[in-house]
Amino acid sequence: MAAINLNINGKKQTLDIDPKTPVLWVLRDHLNLVGTKFGCGMAQCGACTIHVDGNATRSCILPVSSVENKEIVTIEGLSEDGDHPVQKAWLEHDVAQCGYCQAGQIMSAAALLKSKPTPSDDEIENAMNGNICRCATYLRIKAAIKTAANA
Amino acid sequence: MAQAKTTINRRSFLKASALAGGGLMLSFSWLAGCKPKDEELLTMPDEWFDLNNYIKIGNNGVVTLMSPNPEFGSNVKTSMPMILAEELDVDWKNVIVQQADFYPERYDRQFTGGSQGIRQGWKPLRTAGATARHMLIEASAKQWNVPANEITTEGGVLHHKGSGKKAGYGEMASIAATIPVPTEVAIKKISDFKIIGNSKLNVEGKNIVTGKPLFGIDHKEEGMLIAMIVHPPFGMMIKSLDASSVKSMPGIKDAFTIKTLTEDYERNGFDTTSFLELGVIVGNTTWEVMNAKKALKLEFELMPEYSMTMQHHRLGKVTAVMPKGLESSDGHRVEMEKASKGKGDILRKDGNPEAAFKNAAKVLERTYSAPHLAHNTMEPANCFANVTADKCEIYGPIQAPGFITDTLAARLGLPKEKIHIKLARMGGGFGVRAYGHHLVEAAVISQQVKAPIKLIYTREDDMTYGIYRPAYTATYRAALDKDNNLIGFHVSGGGIPEHPIHANRFPAGAVDNYLAEGWAIPSNITIGAFRAPRSNFNAAAEQSFLDELAELVGKDPIDFRLELLERAKTKPVGENNDYDPDRYAGVLKLVREKSNWNQKPANVSRGVAAYFCHNTYVAEVVDLKLSGNNPVIENVFAAVDCGIVVNPDAAKNMGEGGIVDGIGNALFGEMTFKEGVPDKNNFHQYRMIRQKETPKNIEVHFVKNEEDPTGLGEPLFPPVFAAVANALYKATGKRYYNQPFAKDIETSPQRM
Repeated sequence: MAAINLNINGKKQTLDIDPKTPVLWVLRDHLNLVGTKFGCGMAQCGACTIHVDGNATRSCILPVSSVENKEIVTIEGLSEDGDHPVQKAWLEHDVAQCGYCQAGQIMSAAALLKSKPTPSDDEIENAMNGNICRCATYLRIKAAIKTAANA
Repeated sequence: MAQAKTTINRRSFLKASALAGGGLMLSFSWLAGCKPKDEELLTMPDEWFDLNNYIKIGNNGVVTLMSPNPEFGSNVKTSMPMILAEELDVDWKNVIVQQADFYPERYDRQFTGGSQGIRQGWKPLRTAGATARHMLIEASAKQWNVPANEITTEGGVLHHKGSGKKAGYGEMASIAATIPVPTEVAIKKISDFKIIGNSKLNVEGKNIVTGKPLFGIDHKEEGMLIAMIVHPPFGMMIKSLDASSVKSMPGIKDAFTIKTLTEDYERNGFDTTSFLELGVIVGNTTWEVMNAKKALKLEFELMPEYSMTMQHHRLGKVTAVMPKGLESSDGHRVEMEKASKGKGDILRKDGNPEAAFKNAAKVLERTYSAPHLAHNTMEPANCFANVTADKCEIYGPIQAPGFITDTLAARLGLPKEKIHIKLARMGGGFGVRAYGHHLVEAAVISQQVKAPIKLIYTREDDMTYGIYRPAYTATYRAALDKDNNLIGFHVSGGGIPEHPIHANRFPAGAVDNYLAEGWAIPSNITIGAFRAPRSNFNAAAEQSFLDELAELVGKDPIDFRLELLERAKTKPVGENNDYDPDRYAGVLKLVREKSNWNQKPANVSRGVAAYFCHNTYVAEVVDLKLSGNNPVIENVFAAVDCGIVVNPDAAKNMGEGGIVDGIGNALFGEMTFKEGVPDKNNFHQYRMIRQKETPKNIEVHFVKNEEDPTGLGEPLFPPVFAAVANALYKATGKRYYNQPFAKDIETSPQRM
């Protein structure tokens, strides 16, 4: 166990925790932030995507010790009221079916648009290829990203 | 207006009005799982009045509609309440949707699967909505002292033109709740629909995009522990579990084994569990339990053969044999090749197929195969359970709660009415969540540790616990006379451990001499429904075969199918033909028009397929090209006849998903086994379709008619396998008989 200083969704706090604990489980089990999803546990599906210092990062294999004092944003902190352009575009295109992967998809998309405000189709496909959607809503995801880019 | 008898599910209405008796105020929590966007705009009423089990109206006119079926992504939580709202005649903006708990005394069919939610919910939901509207009208007639038949409704407002009286539903709700339930009510004309047929956004949309806790895996309660399971390979069982190997690890409470079944009750067809005993670890947090799971010392031993009798929903009373031994996919292939050379059970025979083949000028024979598939829902199996001495509370992902309650009751030793299942939104289902043994496991663990627990499968557990799409093969033969007329058709199909053949489907009924056979090889690798069970293989095989047959007889593949359908319509062969030739032809004609079939773009290869399953007709055209060895799907055109389309944009979404899922499984989907162990246990090994392989464009077109609606979760999935295979043939000059196709493309000559 170790005291780890965390900065999550703008809130600074210290947790006494096994430093090897993946950020995913810190969020879900210790901090009650369950929007970030468990999918594979090996950074293969993207369901657990969060932002670490603005970059889309898989939280399921990310030891909590490695993010000390870094700026972490989860789906719960992406916007005040679900009004981030990506979230709004997701609603406009009614993207979700089961919805389980969508928090991860949205976090990947939001990070993409931050670094490339008007991505090409290829850039969208590359950036989003790490996020599996078992319901296969990929076309709507791509369309929503384009809408958000133009917002 | 048509009339609907409320006897359809009268118990729903009677119970409700008894419950509501005299405008009784019900305490009602609307916080969990209600429509988020409007909830903020809506002012909550002081009182709610139950008009029946589906409908509560607040004194201020806000309406709560109960969504009976569990939601796994097929939009039932939006679409089914739309049907209620239509007949109730309310403004959708004033509606809150709430997920009903599993409550068989109140709702008729709380089962999400078989693409049946909308189809089987159509009449009960319309009737429930219309009944409540009728009671509101009766209440107003009484209050205003005017004839009920002079009162009209619109958008939640009652109006009597003659007297100029107007009232919102909320003002009449308390009186309406006291009105006797009518035996018959008027339902709307289809042309009067305002909500049905007009796209409504997913009622959970905002909760999803903001990461609200909606899923079983998100559930938490005070004092809750985390549990994980360890299972043996197929064909093995636990010999010993050394709890001391993990008990001193941080956060670990206990490790033990549980029996998943009790022997003395009658199972049903969804009562599938691969393992009679499981290892269990219980601890404080997921990460701690995950670590202990890796360290747990377990020994396995070979399991003897065992058999179980069950009441199967489709097959009646059957005995399933779980043979002993460690199975491998290589062994399965050898067994299937051998079996396919023998005779199967005759499932249907018309005319004299033997003579037709004997006298044929030409015979085309082709064999198709497909591997086991894992469902791989994004949310791994999980379940919250809290079992105390006298009751069991469950919250988890389950498509078919009704199929697991007997098992729960028997295993826990509790009466059925003491088992309360709350229906979590599911992070995907695709059939696998119709099998509810994860609920039983969670409950047994909770009972043992005497605490609320949440059971979580790792991805590896979820991918390796069985209930797969079976491996199938089928050999198709066609007999042609000297003029290339189809005079005989023979299909013999088998699989592990079931055959896939639907003997009464097309082209049965269109060929004078027809024979369908099926055979099966027992296996201890468990299987279960997977998005359009059996159809997902049949469509791939049969529609590829018909494509090759059309080519052999020199006909356009759409024309060839239309000729066969015309024959089935004008001079049908045999009985029990399980399709309407006109509607089947209708989707082929529509896809021909929408894809500009006769003006194929020069740079793509094009394939077509059509299939009818789960009461819905679908035809699909795929345009693709190869980039290196990778197929790039440029366009998919789908034509669908599912009758009335309740929520058009969501219906398209469902269709797009089915198409992309089908393309993914056709190209990449495969689970194999060695010595009882699945070769793949996570997404680094199991290839799923991703953003890059998704078609560039998909168009889903619906046939416009006034037929009662049928489902969409499954029907768009099966035909796309064959449309891809047929397009790949055009691109590569090679036919694709064995799924997954991507393996074959890598070795094929390219012609692009």
